[in-house]
Amino acid sequence: MKRRHIETLLLLAPAVIFLGLAFVAPLARLFSLAFTDEAGMFSTFSTLIDSEVYRRVMVNTFLVAFAVALITVLLAWPVAYILTRLKGFWFAFALYGVLFPFWISVLVRTFSWMILLERNGPLNRFLINIGITDKPLSLLFNDTGVMIGMVHVLLPYAILPLYGAMLRIDQRLLLASDGLGAGLFDTFRRIYFPLCLPGLVGGATFVFLLSLGFFITPALLGGSNAITLSMLIASFINDRLAWSLAAAGSLILLVIVLALLAVTARFLPFGKGVYAR
Amino acid sequence: MNRGLPLRFAAAAKSYGEVQALKPTDLEVRDGEFLTLLGPSGSGKTTLLNLAAGYLEPSGGRIFIGERDVTDLPARRRNIGMVFQNYALFPHMTVAGNVAYGLTVRRRPRDEIARRVAAALAMVRLEEYGSRRIQELSGGQQQRVALARAIVIEPDVLLMDEPLGALDKQLRRQVQLELRRLHEEHRRTTIYVTHDQEEALVLSDRVAVMRDGRIEQLGSASDLYDKPVNAFVAGFIGESNLLPAKVTSLEGGEANVAIGAFAQNATVPAADGLNPGDDALLLIRPEHVRIDREGLAAEITEVVYLGELTAFHLRLAGGATLWGRQITNQALQRGMPVKVSWERAAARIVPKD
Ligand SMILES: Nc1ncnc2c1ncn2[C@@H]1O[C@H](COP(=O)(O)OP(=O)(O)OP(=O)(O)O)[C@@H](O)[C@H]1O
Ligand SMILES: [Mg+2]
Repeated sequence: MKRRHIETLLLLAPAVIFLGLAFVAPLARLFSLAFTDEAGMFSTFSTLIDSEVYRRVMVNTFLVAFAVALITVLLAWPVAYILTRLKGFWFAFALYGVLFPFWISVLVRTFSWMILLERNGPLNRFLINIGITDKPLSLLFNDTGVMIGMVHVLLPYAILPLYGAMLRIDQRLLLASDGLGAGLFDTFRRIYFPLCLPGLVGGATFVFLLSLGFFITPALLGGSNAITLSMLIASFINDRLAWSLAAAGSLILLVIVLALLAVTARFLPFGKGVYAR
Repeated sequence: MNRGLPLRFAAAAKSYGEVQALKPTDLEVRDGEFLTLLGPSGSGKTTLLNLAAGYLEPSGGRIFIGERDVTDLPARRRNIGMVFQNYALFPHMTVAGNVAYGLTVRRRPRDEIARRVAAALAMVRLEEYGSRRIQELSGGQQQRVALARAIVIEPDVLLMDEPLGALDKQLRRQVQLELRRLHEEHRRTTIYVTHDQEEALVLSDRVAVMRDGRIEQLGSASDLYDKPVNAFVAGFIGESNLLPAKVTSLEGGEANVAIGAFAQNATVPAADGLNPGDDALLLIRPEHVRIDREGLAAEITEVVYLGELTAFHLRLAGGATLWGRQITNQALQRGMPVKVSWERAAARIVPKD
């Protein structure tokens, strides 16, 4: 081995050892639990897959995560666009508006939503007063509540990459498109949108993955009517002490997430020079 | 072949608050003409070009392409071809995709697009490069893609804003000749921006010299070189000696001037706008300064070998200095005392500004 390689290895060693001890080893230990059930090596997986409940929770988790990602990205788009248009004070103001929630605990924010969305809470009173509905809507302890809370928490994760992508778009490309005879819609569809795509896919992937593993918000806002995978895994451990089931559930989630990442990574700007000017 | 249409500015102007980026300007670019805007930074070249393109709205005046008043039309409805300084190629499309863009958004049939894109790529000698990504091209190749993309839509007017600014000198030369060839073949109305005077002279039918948002002079290369209207144009085009001189009398396009530096009077061609008694500048091009058997006494203070030509710097007895240029002659040496004469008919008296 060349001397340079040894040096590189030595320099990397502390980080590798730390990650190995603090992350890889526990993960390996956890996943090995999945295969140690008395009933046989793969019995945990067959239990999960045969269970109607588990399948429903799984599908529901993905549907909620998908809906949250979609709604978040749709809401993030105009915000990110406006951020690119603002200057000076208003820009700083808007940016802090986006970032501010980061500094408040998720727990606090989730409890705030519980108060806001209550049956007799301010939102329902408002909706009744302006006559949109005459009975209070049930906004809490179901998927609606979960999605409202998650969209709120995850919005910045979609806005920031999208804003970054929009900011990098050379304005002259839009002028060039215009000069070549493209209408506004063509310029959007063929130039602006494709150039935003890496930011869009990046943001949506973040949000989707984060919502798959979300625990506090769905647990508090969804309750027992809107169980997600993370809640189910927690209940395997806390209520049933079924560690091997929890491990198998986690492993399935991880594999699906990795598969999804492999697909979307094609769109992410990992040093591909998509934006090179 | 499509020659393009004439383009006309009628008192078109652009200001940003107090700043007059382009003062009210009349300009007629003839159909098939190659007109260059030449001027220092901030003189309003890009402003004029963007007004023609429709990227800026004029704050006064009208703009016509052919018979059509396009003042209120956005760029996309003007049928122009624009080449930007940094090319502004679409990074997410192939070379062919870029070139096809203008036709695609015009909803041309697919086989027609393929045919015209191939022809345009052949025109800029990039036939083999259609499926390449933009990032895989050199600067000069990108420049040619930008040109093909602008030309393929058969624009009525082709507009180019310092298209060679990012290329190194040698490549610039090559692409200049290429542009010249393309223009001679297709004779498309073209407005070209540069601040390289040599480039302007190589390419253009006419050149507009701009300063402070105004066209100072519009004419052929030789007009500008031989008959500059003022000292600014004289200094901007080619090398020049400008010596203070006083107009004593004017008659029939010629002026009698008192030249302090030479301690002599002379009769020389005069620019417009001079009056007897004016303090003006005498323009003598270096090639019209000669080392001679008799004339003004001077000393050679510097000799610069330029190959075929040699430039020399002279100090006259009165202290004034002059640049001269002549066919290389080994005899010239620094410190040599010489006699100097100058060609009166080729000199010119011009207003100071
Ligand atoms: N958006 C703007 N706001 C205010 N002033 C502007 C704006 N755009 C241009 N100007 C001013 O208008 C004048 C002409 O600018 P222009 O870009 O036309 O110059 P130019 O001749 O193209 O210069 P260069 O050779 O540097 O490109 C400059 O003084 C510039 O500062
Ligand atoms: Mg400019």
